[in-house]
Amino acid sequence: MDWVVFVVAGAAVLAGALGVILASHPVHSALMLVLTLFGVAVLFVAQQAHFLAAVQVIVYAGAIVVLFLFVIMLLGVDRSENVTTEPLPGQRPIAYLAGLGVIVAIFLLTRTAWVSGAESVAGAADGPGSNVEKLATSLFTRYLLAFEMTSVLLVIAVVGAVVLARHSPSGGVRDAEES
Amino acid sequence: MTVPGAWYLGLAAMLFTIGGVGLLIRRNVLIMFMCVELMLNAVNLTFVTFARMLNDIGGQVVVFFVLVVAAAEVVVGLAIIVSIFRRRTEATADDISLLKG
Repeated sequence: MDWVVFVVAGAAVLAGALGVILASHPVHSALMLVLTLFGVAVLFVAQQAHFLAAVQVIVYAGAIVVLFLFVIMLLGVDRSENVTTEPLPGQRPIAYLAGLGVIVAIFLLTRTAWVSGAESVAGAADGPGSNVEKLATSLFTRYLLAFEMTSVLLVIAVVGAVVLARHSPSGGVRDAEES
Repeated sequence: MTVPGAWYLGLAAMLFTIGGVGLLIRRNVLIMFMCVELMLNAVNLTFVTFARMLNDIGGQVVVFFVLVVAAAEVVVGLAIIVSIFRRRTEATADDISLLKG
């Protein structure tokens, strides 16, 4: 049963990822990204990370992909890209070779041992209690400072997005390239 | 029977590689951004797998933080893309060539 879940979700993840990079239409890429994100959420559930699976679906598939689609529509770039022209000669073959090299290197480097290190440093992941309880206990005790810092980060990101995306009334430096 | 963690890690490595190759071969800035999300998801899957293999909740906490940072990154990155390409029709990375000598 676990293997069936893994194979189906893994196939969805890889198919979605290939769809993202091969679809010529940005909207199709965004929808394929949803497939990949759902597959990753299923793999989270299969590994007892229930809270993260829920957050993955809500934040990624819900918010981030919608934001992507919104920007695609806002910019009006929802037309197919010409994927055959190559401004940089030889970039694509070199990219494929680099990707092949990376995957071969990863699998060669991990031939000996996939995992090493101490177990249960920040608390056990199994045992009594739900996944949410254990995650929250760790998050609000051991990682409390980092958790507070993320709230600061979110505030900065919101302010930065407003400042960046605002229409400047005079046009500003953004028009320099147009003239 | 449970799937060994090595299979999850191999799948995550493949997902990461697909994202990296996509980042290199695509010229649409939005799709390049989606490829960055793919790579982040591959790393998240790796963290969750290690959390299971080492029986350590810390890996899942790190994934939580990665999700938050990814959300902030997408917001700021899309704002930059909007402000660059507001008056353009094409959103390809090759159009941003003002500094080219």
